[in-house]
Amino acid sequence: MNNWSWEYVGDILPDLLQGLWITVQATLYGSLVAFALGLVWALLLRSPSRWVTWPVSIVVEFIRNTPLLVQLFFLFFVLPGWGLTFPALATGVIGLGLHYSTYTAEVYRAGIDGVPEGQWEAATALSLSRRRTWTSVILPQAFRRVVPALGNYVIAMFKDTPMLAAITVAEMLFRANSIGATTFDYMEPITVVGVLFVVISYPTSLLLRALERRLVR
Amino acid sequence: MTGALWELFFKGVWITVQLMVYSAALAAVVAFGIGMARTSRLWIVRFLSGVYVEFFRGTSALVLMFWLFFALPLLGWQLAGMWAGTLALGLSYGAYGSEVVRGSIQAVAPAQREAAIALSFTPWQRMRKVILPQAVPEMLPPFNNLLIELLKGTALASLLSIGELTFQAKLARLSTGQSAQVYGIILVLYFVIAFVVTRIMRLLERRAKASIGRAPEKSGWFSRRLPIDRQGPQVITAPGGKP
Repeated sequence: MNNWSWEYVGDILPDLLQGLWITVQATLYGSLVAFALGLVWALLLRSPSRWVTWPVSIVVEFIRNTPLLVQLFFLFFVLPGWGLTFPALATGVIGLGLHYSTYTAEVYRAGIDGVPEGQWEAATALSLSRRRTWTSVILPQAFRRVVPALGNYVIAMFKDTPMLAAITVAEMLFRANSIGATTFDYMEPITVVGVLFVVISYPTSLLLRALERRLVR
Repeated sequence: MTGALWELFFKGVWITVQLMVYSAALAAVVAFGIGMARTSRLWIVRFLSGVYVEFFRGTSALVLMFWLFFALPLLGWQLAGMWAGTLALGLSYGAYGSEVVRGSIQAVAPAQREAAIALSFTPWQRMRKVILPQAVPEMLPPFNNLLIELLKGTALASLLSIGELTFQAKLARLSTGQSAQVYGIILVLYFVIAFVVTRIMRLLERRAKASIGRAPEKSGWFSRRLPIDRQGPQVITAPGGKP
């Protein structure tokens, strides 16, 4: 039985906080990829042609129903074989973004479906072009509704970043694990990492709930 | 790809399925326990169960798994990898599931509760004979989603060297060096398991809905379209989503 040592926590905290910074970076870049790619999926899935919607929905369902960890391994080991060599963090960001884009696509879809039918009709009545209809009428209203749900996926992504440790990204869990491996004392590092996750994601989710109350009616 | 490799993969599939079943069982117990506790009349019960949910939804399942596997032995309990994996997955996905249970219980028409009170049922009888039979069919679609999330979560256990599918893939990659094929096959295997799980859950759902005289929701061959403003996909993975 070991005793909890605050001194040890103080020693390892700077290193873990550096890991937190990598974690935050991965989350932010991953979100940008997920937001952009998710919108692309959502718009493609609304295409009138089945030749577009079928392949896209198969790809989306495939990515969504397979584990992120395996997808990360796939990218990490396979991309270099195709001549694409990225730093580990970039691979992680691509993996996170790609995986969560299939979730954000669903959010956008629901957001777009939530725009009242009358808005489409009004746009037609004003004889707005297809592009104008999307950019000035539909999307601005859809975005309002999707912001809280997208925020939830940012938190979810944040909590999934420890998986990047498996592909050697030096984020929090990776550092905690290597500290533990050298000191043979895993208790403090891993506990601190777990607490840091709660400390960040819980207030963020409270903020999102407040935002949700504001934005969605 | 030789026969020996396929044998390795199928052994992995078997352990993955076992891990999924064990942790789903634990998650179901946690989900119903905590979910019903959150509708309790006593504030302390509601508060404590709320703390449980926020804690386990706030932290990462992988970190929890590492904690159980690496840190807990220092307190004197050494868990086998399979146990650490089951516990971590069951406890954290149970927390998500409890929100589904709570939401479905609260979605049962208030008149049903009042009718049960009028018939002077005890609270427990009310729950067992009136509320749950109506709430459970509502829970099945979100539980289906959660089960797929749980299946994907089992891949995390490979990092504790449990010989499940992802771990076997690592071995196969090391012995053959064919990363693209190995991980491609593994991804397809996960997809197939997810497909089978979804079909089984749909079947259960149709039966449950029929047993209380409701038509099942329309759904595609593989995907289901959930409205965002109700349970929504955000309930599954993130702590912010209020059902």
